[in-house]
Amino acid sequence: MLPALPLDEAGKYVAGAYLVFLALVLIYVAIMASKLSRIEREVVELAEIVERRDEAAAADRPREPVA
Amino acid sequence: MALVFLYAPLDADQGFVQKIFYVHVPMAIVALVGLMAGGVFGVMHLRTRDARWDMRSYVTIHISIVLAVGVLVTGSIWARASWGHWWIWDEPMLVSFLIVFLLYATYWPLRFSIEDSERQARYASVFAIVAGAFVPLNFAAVRMAEQFVHPETLATTTGGMPPKMGLTFLVALLGMGLLFITLCKYEMASKHATFRLRSLRRRLSDDDDFAAVGRSAAPQL
Repeated sequence: MLPALPLDEAGKYVAGAYLVFLALVLIYVAIMASKLSRIEREVVELAEIVERRDEAAAADRPREPVA
Repeated sequence: MALVFLYAPLDADQGFVQKIFYVHVPMAIVALVGLMAGGVFGVMHLRTRDARWDMRSYVTIHISIVLAVGVLVTGSIWARASWGHWWIWDEPMLVSFLIVFLLYATYWPLRFSIEDSERQARYASVFAIVAGAFVPLNFAAVRMAEQFVHPETLATTTGGMPPKMGLTFLVALLGMGLLFITLCKYEMASKHATFRLRSLRRRLSDDDDFAAVGRSAAPQL
């Protein structure tokens, strides 16, 4: 093992290690966030399909005669 | 972070570089425990044939591998600072961890290569169990190895860590464990939502192309 590095030299290695960890977590969270936004878009899309179906069903329903 | 940089004392041998220990070792322990947990979930899947256990196995292995990437990179940085080299092939701990990582790197191609979701889940569970059993054996083998170049962490013949270092390490380990559980829950919720949506789409859509699901390495619920 080498002798302990001086603080100014050791600092960049320590900062590098912690930044790698932070970057990993941030990248993971960013990927998950993009997946969640895709899910949200799909929910909106499905809601529109349901809405269109309801409207079509309402239009097909025979109207009651007016007295 | 405050405990690491303000409370824990500097290591007599390594000085400030030893601070990497508080991120590197908890990440390694949590990653290895996660891989073993993936094996346990694989056993549960084979016993119950419940797809949710396969999903848990998949997600824990996934997050563990993300952490394992961090372990390899931070370990490499620590090696450079302590030993003057980014990687040492004679060091059993480094090489054995790389072998575990490469072994699990085949998990996704294995899943993706099987189209039938039932068979995919079964084979993936068998893989998770065998590879999960390999993890503690590998760790024990490294511990028994003659060359003790890699720093011992939890217990040594000369005594453990000083109490302040020990407490900081335990807090870091707890934090890493909680982060792991949180990310697992996050991903599990996302996967459940995706599958619910997919089944809703199939029920609602009249267009077959719209409802078609392609091949995927992820478990199908």
